Amino acid sequence: MKPPPFKYHDPRTVAETVELLARNENAKILAGGQSLMPMLNMRYVQPDHVIDINRVEGLSYIREAGGRLEIGAMTRQREIEYADLVARRAPIVREAILNVGHRQTRNRGTLGGSLSHLDPAAELPLVSAALEATVHVQGPKGKRDIAMAEFPAGYMSPSIELDEMVIGVTLPVWPDGHGYGFVEFSRRHGDFAIVAAAVLLDVEAGGKIKRASVTVGGVGPSPVRCRDAEKALTGEKGAEAAFRAAAETCRTIDAMEDVYAPAWYRQHLATVMTRRAMVAAFGRAANAR
Amino acid sequence: MKDMRKVSVTVNGKSYAREVETRLLLSDFIRHELELTGTHVGCEHGVCGACTILLEGRTARSCLMLAVQVDGANITTVEGIAPSEKELHPLQQAFMDNHGLQCGYCTPGMLTTLIEFLQDNPDPTEHEVRVAISGNLCRCTGYQGIVDAALDAAKRLQGGKRA
Repeated sequence: MKPPPFKYHDPRTVAETVELLARNENAKILAGGQSLMPMLNMRYVQPDHVIDINRVEGLSYIREAGGRLEIGAMTRQREIEYADLVARRAPIVREAILNVGHRQTRNRGTLGGSLSHLDPAAELPLVSAALEATVHVQGPKGKRDIAMAEFPAGYMSPSIELDEMVIGVTLPVWPDGHGYGFVEFSRRHGDFAIVAAAVLLDVEAGGKIKRASVTVGGVGPSPVRCRDAEKALTGEKGAEAAFRAAAETCRTIDAMEDVYAPAWYRQHLATVMTRRAMVAAFGRAANAR
Repeated sequence: MKDMRKVSVTVNGKSYAREVETRLLLSDFIRHELELTGTHVGCEHGVCGACTILLEGRTARSCLMLAVQVDGANITTVEGIAPSEKELHPLQQAFMDNHGLQCGYCTPGMLTTLIEFLQDNPDPTEHEVRVAISGNLCRCTGYQGIVDAALDAAKRLQGGKRA
């Protein structure tokens, strides 16, 4: 229950960090440490180099630019939770954050860390997928952008090179008055979800759904967009039967099986969580009332 | 060869300087190097909350940080909560009065967690208190005494402010 020996680095710039990543074999970036530190303590990972980016400047910010939200990789989850800008422009992110661990872990945990760790049930990759975020990464060859849909390469594996790091995220903003719902099922508050669902609805005057985003986490190896559910919702008026039918399409998602839940149960939860998130989202949409 | 670093840190208002191995956990640094054994170590993977300390006034699990990361920082541990040797912090007094502890193992983490929580949310509901301590395990009290103590402390702290 103690970390194995490693060489510790604490660079001050992103350029220095990616240079260290490129130069050293078997290196791990230490961001907020709320996943990597337990893994080190349990020796699930045994890196030769730990590159601590907590002293790297310029990676912590929340700002609005060109109608989008930009959040730095090292922005603490607590800062996102308490940011008025996030609550106003992307309220689903705040709702999701309240389900991320506990106050003590949100004080340290970061957005970039959660995305890079890419736990299949983690809330931040889920809302990033729901909002169609762009992930910004930097390596020795420069910066590049990766669409969140392309970001997961597989189970807990982001599609970034070994010498690249996540530096920030851009989140598209939905129109004022849009509806949002984030619902998850977990054994205890603060645990990783067994299944979580994020739903965004743009409802036009008269109550008709113009655009829908439906995403589930904890079902597949990374967040899954439920395109059939989105199609089923578009043009609907938000009746209980419509939500039930749209949510039912999530039962056919290819689901993981593990010690916590069999695949059929995750599929069942996907239908229940998405339906609840749809109801919550529609209830919050300004034009639904 | 061991990877060593110098660490200078202020804990409960007192300055300390040590040279430590970079893989040393902050929890072990506090307990073994600084000999402040009020901070308890339960699970060492961030689940039980016993090792919670206040880092620049914000709670953190000290088993999920390296000692080298707090170089230059200000830390408060459970030893630094009471205003004096003779007087308890209102939250500590509320724990005593409401059976908020039995064996005391989880108490340092409960206290540090609730100090930050009551600053964030000075007038919480019972449900909010239960969510706030959901990252701290207690195997004695069944949590009821801790919840009662937190609600009682909220009243005492607000009363103190008005006075």
